[in-house]
Amino acid sequence: MVSAMEIYMLLPKTNCKKCGLPTCMAFAVALLGREKKIDECTPLIEEKKYEAKLKKLREVMAPLESASETGLIIHPEKCFGCGNCVVACPVNVAAEPTRCGVGLGPQGEKVILRVEDGVVVCNNVKECRRFGPNKVLCNACTATCPSKAIEFV
Amino acid sequence: MAICTGCSLLCEDIELTVKDGDISHVRNLCRKGHGHYQALLTERARPMIDGKEVALDQAIAKAAEVLHSSKAPLLCGWSNATLEAQTAGMSIAKKLGASICDTSPPCLGALMERIISGRIPTCTLDDVRNFADVSVFWGSDPSNSHPRHLSRFSYYPRGEKRQKSYEEERTCIAVDVRKSATATLCSNYYFRMQPGGDGEFIESILATLDGRIPKFGDKKRMIELGTILRKAEYGVIFPGIGMLYSLQNRLELFETLLAKLNEIATFKVVPMVERFNSRGFYQLLHAPGNSLAAAAKGCDAALVVGSDPLAELPLATARALARVPLIVIDPHRSLTVDAASVVIPSAISGMEAGGTALRTDGVKISFEPIIESDLPSDEQILAKILEAI
Repeated sequence: MVSAMEIYMLLPKTNCKKCGLPTCMAFAVALLGREKKIDECTPLIEEKKYEAKLKKLREVMAPLESASETGLIIHPEKCFGCGNCVVACPVNVAAEPTRCGVGLGPQGEKVILRVEDGVVVCNNVKECRRFGPNKVLCNACTATCPSKAIEFV
Repeated sequence: MAICTGCSLLCEDIELTVKDGDISHVRNLCRKGHGHYQALLTERARPMIDGKEVALDQAIAKAAEVLHSSKAPLLCGWSNATLEAQTAGMSIAKKLGASICDTSPPCLGALMERIISGRIPTCTLDDVRNFADVSVFWGSDPSNSHPRHLSRFSYYPRGEKRQKSYEEERTCIAVDVRKSATATLCSNYYFRMQPGGDGEFIESILATLDGRIPKFGDKKRMIELGTILRKAEYGVIFPGIGMLYSLQNRLELFETLLAKLNEIATFKVVPMVERFNSRGFYQLLHAPGNSLAAAAKGCDAALVVGSDPLAELPLATARALARVPLIVIDPHRSLTVDAASVVIPSAISGMEAGGTALRTDGVKISFEPIIESDLPSDEQILAKILEAI
């Protein structure tokens, strides 16, 4: 996963404020939080000397595009389908206490994470604790993954 | 609801959507179980005698003939067959005077015998979920071998007495030679040892429990582990093949450790069996299985049920087995099926054929067929062979 510092190293680092933010570091953090887009950094797009940096930046930002609204990225090729995240997710447990709570797979449609065809899939993103402006930085699903198949931006 | 026969956990909460006799969508099945069914549905075996396709009844008749004329037949496999099929197999063995053994690792038999006879205390996996607060994975990596072990029983679920589960009340310890996927989940409670160092490791734990300074390993870490075990209310040890191969004939050491731990708190052992009904075979046999290596060398014909010994066994044993005429009962193609002189295709247990099996902790689980199939089950085939010999 790319860090804010890595993104910052690929920005012009001039603090020109054209993007509306006070520093390039703030812009890097906003990029990672998906509040800003690369195109909003006009010097990076327009000036030729930043061409290589722009190309690299688009490369490192590409995996983030597949992330859900809560920033959850699933790598299905790494997933074991063990269901640790399904059982650990507090929203899943609240939705189906008699199933997810005791380790069984969910039956209803209210859960966020479930295992389908051997790999984990994400539904009902709006129910996630990380959704919206009042989000809680819950990491129950990523901390319990044995293969790092799920991660947050 | 269906039962998965991909590993010995026999998960009961699988939801399948079947379309045109094929599984189109499946929920709650782990990757291993999904792969198991995908693999079984491709390349199905066909009834064959010496490489030529024949009718199913002809193949069964030929199998009975080969077994009947053989002087020292061997019946092997069995860990992927239902209890009913295993019982039928034992009747055949009795009638023929044949030796019968499974293809599980040889060290597992010694542990299973101790567990079944009660010399090592055991409990069910439901007890683990409801009461256990310390789970020790010793030489085993359930994240890979039994993917849903941690999420269904040993670490993440909330149980009767363990409502706060992994967040506060459960401790998961991994003892292994390498940082396996399970060990990464245990983070601080991963204890590394040298390959073959299980005996020394047990001695070190015994020393710390006695209040002595351990001779082997990192002393601080060993004392830390001793403290966790001492504070446990209900501990469960899951010994894997890694530990059994390392201890070999020194399983008494493990017994001593269990006795010592049980003086302090309740400590149980649940074996990590690989195939879905290995446990059933041991339970039916009431004795440690014959050594397959010796049996393979002495036999003059072999019946293989639901396993692929030529691909799985050590080379010398596989070679000894490959020189005799093989009769294979298997739902799909494998190396053994290709090398066999008689092939009898069977229905897939758990999907096309029902039956009962014992979970890794000895709980009996019965299952019904989900997909209709024209093929007979292992049990029906064995019953026909039993009639014919």
